[in-house]
Amino acid sequence: MDNNSITTKDVTFKVFRFNSETDYLPTYKEYKMEVTSEEVVLDILDRIKWDIDGSFSYRRSCRHGICGACAIKVNGKATLACKMNLHSLTETFGDELTIEPQSTKRAVKDMIIDKADFWEKHAKITPYLNSEIEEHPDMECVVSIEENDRIMEADLCIQCGACHYACPVVEINEQFIGPAAFVKAYRFEADIRDESHIERLEECALPDQGVWDCVKCFECAEACPKEINPIEKITALHQMIFKDKVYKNGVAERHAVGFAHSIKKHGLLDEGQLVLYSEGPSIVKHIPVALQMFKKGKIVMPWNMPKSDNLDEIQKLIKSSSTTKY
Amino acid sequence: MSKLKYALFTGCTAKESTPEQMMSTMAVAKKLDIELIELTEASCCGASHLQDYDDFLSLVLNARNIAYAEKHGLTMVTICNTCQLNTAMTKHRLDNNAELKARVNEKLGEIGLEYKGTSLVTHFLYAIIDDFGLDKIKEMVVKPLSQFNIAPFYGCHNIRPSELQNESHKSPENPYNPTSLDDLIIACGGNNVDYDEKNKCCGFHAELQAPKTAATLTGNALAGAMDQNADWMVTPCPLCHLKLDTQYHHASVAIGREVKLPVLHMQQMIGLALGCSVEELGLNHHVSDVDFV
Repeated sequence: MDNNSITTKDVTFKVFRFNSETDYLPTYKEYKMEVTSEEVVLDILDRIKWDIDGSFSYRRSCRHGICGACAIKVNGKATLACKMNLHSLTETFGDELTIEPQSTKRAVKDMIIDKADFWEKHAKITPYLNSEIEEHPDMECVVSIEENDRIMEADLCIQCGACHYACPVVEINEQFIGPAAFVKAYRFEADIRDESHIERLEECALPDQGVWDCVKCFECAEACPKEINPIEKITALHQMIFKDKVYKNGVAERHAVGFAHSIKKHGLLDEGQLVLYSEGPSIVKHIPVALQMFKKGKIVMPWNMPKSDNLDEIQKLIKSSSTTKY
Repeated sequence: MSKLKYALFTGCTAKESTPEQMMSTMAVAKKLDIELIELTEASCCGASHLQDYDDFLSLVLNARNIAYAEKHGLTMVTICNTCQLNTAMTKHRLDNNAELKARVNEKLGEIGLEYKGTSLVTHFLYAIIDDFGLDKIKEMVVKPLSQFNIAPFYGCHNIRPSELQNESHKSPENPYNPTSLDDLIIACGGNNVDYDEKNKCCGFHAELQAPKTAATLTGNALAGAMDQNADWMVTPCPLCHLKLDTQYHHASVAIGREVKLPVLHMQQMIGLALGCSVEELGLNHHVSDVDFV
């Protein structure tokens, strides 16, 4: 390495400090440091602990982005402290960086959080391969390269919790299983050797806790330090629910199917009919808002519903390209 | 600079629950002398929900929409973040997977179309920034919005996943610190409000099945903007707009606090600064009254 290419920068760190045994509220302590272009966030955590305050607490282990122990947030961005270069962070956020644990409300001491909820959610989805294999099998269980490719990416999850604690639904709805456990569920759902397929999928399809409560914000895709793209796996679980007919004709399931019906009829989405089809009799709860919208000219009546030009093309494609039945 | 010309994918909302968005898009395009050729053949993008049900069908339908933009030889502009996501995602997947592209084109061949991958897909916000230029907007402002504190609400699907951001326009921004809408507010003479929820989710896509979650997210966004003294909010996404404009009552109940703000479409904000009338911008179509004009 050519030392001349190393540059330095003055950075102010605002670091979350809290001890759940003694403190009522957290504080943000300021540390000003000169940071080289070689340093990652973990170097700063080490320097605070080793040079300034030995009581500063954080988790770390492998320093290679493999163990997932040092997951934290910098200016709200979830990351592994050992992977995140500081100069690149200052390019995004400027020279003042706020370092916080993954979830401030779960803080035990400084960067260390209680991840109990994360592991409880994992336990819910049978996070292991369930397969009746003879004690002394005659041959190995053959998995083709294509079949392995389906699970490869999801198998790279290091369970750091970055996506889980970046998910806004996890913050609001305590039952929601969350992106990390859904990735794990997908990993075994897509494994041809697994025999718990339907049971696990049913767990993922339940209202409140299951995939239907995902708000599709892509925070998980952005947060994952291993670029696993959790929402893609969540979408795959949605599709499996239809393919394996695990659906319970719930509002979210009818909502997804309703798009296909509406596009077939109009090319465009008939918003009113979609809500009616999804909700059934429960549509009454939407009447107050619908009336307000109607007054402001925001509701198109069924007889005025616009249609796409060349609708016959769309209908032809729906006929030839549909791959799912409800 | 030669006249800017785009293929416009309106999406469904602009034709139904946010007529003001369609009106203001056309009004602003006229002011900026941008020609928009409406893709009247386009279907719904599937809004990420058809994608949950039938992935291949959603790819075929979205590829058809892009193919029509390609036939015009134009960049496709979207005016809805979710249309942008699903169209750009389709483009990304087909451009990076020859086998999938061939399968989709086999279907499109039945109706005499082909997806080639020649048209860029970008949101109107970024077309304005990249091609028209904020400096020019600034020069054209006749009614600067200087008396207003305006809170930008970016909407998830324009800023995440960043992978698509990088492919969709020339000035990709960081989803953790987006600046495009702030820059637009400043160009219109307004004071941009910084608040924690500006790049967060409004909850729209789970509104039916998870009303409490959705309403809490909407409430957090409105409250975040109000706490930083915003006079109103602005968003490039009609779905975020629907949530923030029409669902303030549920949002207030969910977070235990009265929250309500006027919410404008990005196009309406530009239109106001450029001197368009209230009628042209459809400001009478809002549920949370726009009472400051």
